[in-house]
Amino acid sequence: MIQFVFEVFIGGLLSGVMYSLVALGFVLIYKASGVFNFAQGSLVFFAALTFVGLTEHGLSFPVALAVTLVVMIVLGLLIERLVLRPLVNQPQISLFMATIGLSFFIEGLAQLLWGANVRGLELGIQDEPIKWLSDTAGINVSKFDLVAAGIAAVLVAGLGLFFSRTRIGRALRAVADDHQAALAVGIPLQQIWGIVWAVAGFVALVAGMLWGARNGVQFALTFVALKALPVLILGGFESIPGAIVGGLIIGATEKLAEVFLGPHVGGGIEGWFPYVLALLFLLVRPEGLFGEKIIRRI
Amino acid sequence: MLYREAGQFKSTYAADSAMLPIRQDRIGLALILLIAFVVIPLTASPYLFSAILIPCLILALAALGLNILTGYAGQLSLGTAAFMAVGAFASYNFVLRIPGIPLLLAFAGGGVMAAAVGIVFGLPSLRIRGFYLAVATLAAQFFIIWFLTKVGWVTNYNSSGVITAQPMVIAGIAFDSPQEKYLLVLSIVTLLALAAKNMTRANIGRQWMAIRDMDVAAEVIGIRLVRAKLLAFAVSSFYCGVAGALYAYAYLGTVEPEAYSLDLSFRILFMIIIGGVGTILGAFLGSAFIVIIPILLTIVVRFLDETLHLSVASSVASNVELMVFGGLIIFFLIVEPHGLARIWQITKEKLRLWPFPH
Repeated sequence: MIQFVFEVFIGGLLSGVMYSLVALGFVLIYKASGVFNFAQGSLVFFAALTFVGLTEHGLSFPVALAVTLVVMIVLGLLIERLVLRPLVNQPQISLFMATIGLSFFIEGLAQLLWGANVRGLELGIQDEPIKWLSDTAGINVSKFDLVAAGIAAVLVAGLGLFFSRTRIGRALRAVADDHQAALAVGIPLQQIWGIVWAVAGFVALVAGMLWGARNGVQFALTFVALKALPVLILGGFESIPGAIVGGLIIGATEKLAEVFLGPHVGGGIEGWFPYVLALLFLLVRPEGLFGEKIIRRI
Repeated sequence: MLYREAGQFKSTYAADSAMLPIRQDRIGLALILLIAFVVIPLTASPYLFSAILIPCLILALAALGLNILTGYAGQLSLGTAAFMAVGAFASYNFVLRIPGIPLLLAFAGGGVMAAAVGIVFGLPSLRIRGFYLAVATLAAQFFIIWFLTKVGWVTNYNSSGVITAQPMVIAGIAFDSPQEKYLLVLSIVTLLALAAKNMTRANIGRQWMAIRDMDVAAEVIGIRLVRAKLLAFAVSSFYCGVAGALYAYAYLGTVEPEAYSLDLSFRILFMIIIGGVGTILGAFLGSAFIVIIPILLTIVVRFLDETLHLSVASSVASNVELMVFGGLIIFFLIVEPHGLARIWQITKEKLRLWPFPH
C-alpha cells in the first residue's frame, strides 16, 4: 500500500514538472510585460504540430527541430510586433483578451497548415518503468517522465542563469520591475519584449515536444494551458521558482486525489481539483506562494 | 441639428436625474422598443428568430450580468457559463419538482439559485485580486459543470445527460413558436436591462465603480467592500442564471451541462470587451456582433462555394473561421479598445455639433 502511495506521489511530481514547463512560458511573459498570455497553450500546440508536420515531410529530427525553433521565435517576434505593440498602455484585461483572440488565431492557423489529425511524436524515449527501481523498491517510475523532468530542470537552470548572469537577462529583470524606470536608464523596451516572446516560443517548443510525445499531438494539447493556470496562481505569476514548486504541489496532490478521493465522488475530479486547491492556497496567501507582495496605497 | 438638447429645460430634480434626460434619446428608445416589439415579430422569418434574434438577446442578458461584475465592479470572471448552467438546472428542477409553479417564478428561482452560488464563489474576491481572481473563477466553471454531470439528482437521473426542457406555458398560454419565444425573451431582457441601467446609476452602481477604480480608496471613503462586492457577484449571477434558464428553455430546448462550457464563458467575455466594458448598450452590441460573425462567415463560405465554385473543405472553413474570429478580436481591441459602445458615443457627440466640426 505504502509503495503504491509513493508510486502515485512520484508519478504526480513528475507530471507536475510537465505542468511547470507550460507555466514557465506564462511566467516569462507576465514578468517582463505584465501580459497574462492565454495563448501559451496554443503556442505549445503550434510548436508540436509544426515539428511533427515537418518530420512527416521527410525532414530529419535535428533539422525539423531547428526549423521549428526558428518558426517559433519568428512567431513570438511577430506576436510582439503585431499584437502587443499596438496595445501598449491598454488595461491588462484588454491585453488578456487580445491573447485569447490570439489563441483562437494560432489554433486555426496550426490546423489549417498541418491538418487536424492526431499524430504520434517519437522522441526515442520509452514510456516504461525503470527496471532496477521496480525490482529493488517495487515502485514503478516511468523513464519518460524522469527524462522529461530532467529536461525541465535543465531548462529552468538555464533560464535562471540567463536571467541572473547575462546582460539581456538583467535588462529583462529591470523591465519586469518597472517599465518606465527601465526606459529611463536606456533599456530598449520593445527589443526586450521581442526577446521575451521569442524565449516564450522556445519554452513552448520544449513543452510541446514533451507533451506531444506523451499524449500525442492533437487539439487537446491546447488544454494543457488550463492545467498550467492553477500552477501559476499557486506559485505566483511573477516567480519562476513558484512555477516549479506550484507544478510539483499540483501534480502530486492531483494524482493522489484522483486515486484516493476520486472513486468516492464519481471520478473525473482532475478537471477542477487543482483549481480548488490553488484557491484554498490563495485564501491564505493572496499573491501565491512566491508572488510579489503588493502593497496598496492611495 | 436634429440631435441637440438646447431649449429642453428641467424644472424638477426628478427630471434632471431621469434615465434619459434628452428628448431625442427618449424618442429613439421608444422607436427601438416599438420596432423590437411590433415590427420585428410581424415581419421576421422563423430562421431569423431562432438563429439570430433569440440567442442574441439571451447572450446579451448574460453579457449584461458579466458586465455588472467585470465592467462596473471590476472583478474579472471566467465562470459566466457555469452560473448560467446553475440557473438552467435550478429552473428545470423547480418546474419538475414543484407542480404548478409559474414558469416565470421558476426562472426567477433559477436566477436566485445562481446568485447564491455566485456569492459562494465570490467570497474569494474579498482576498484575491485581478488575474488571480480570474483564474480562481475558473474553479467555479469546472467544478459546477462537473457537479451537474456527476450528481444524478439534478438531472433527474437522466442517463443520456441531455434533458428535454419542459414546454414553456405561462398563464395557460404556450410559448412554442419562435415568434412567441422571441417576445417572451424580449420582455424579460428589456425589463432586466432597464433594471440594470438604473442599478448602475444608483448608489450601489457608484459604489461598484468606486471599487473598480480603486478599492482601497473606496474602502477609505466608507464603502463596505464585503457587501458591495458580494452584491455585485449576486446580481451578476442572477442575470446570468436567468439568461442560462432562457438559453435552455427558449433557445436550445434542452438542459445539458455541455452547453455551458468554458467556450461560452469566453464568448460572453468577448461580447463585453467588443461591445464596451462598463456600458449597458455594449452588452447588446457585443452580443449581436459575436452571434452574427460566425453566421456571416458561413454565408461567405457558401458564396465562395456556389458562385465562384471554389470548393472549400469544411475543415478548412472552420479553421479559417477560428482565425478570422481571433483576428477580428485583436483588430477591434487595437482599433477601439473601449468597444462599440464608445463608437456610438463618439457618433452622438458628432451629431450634437453637426454641421460644425467643433
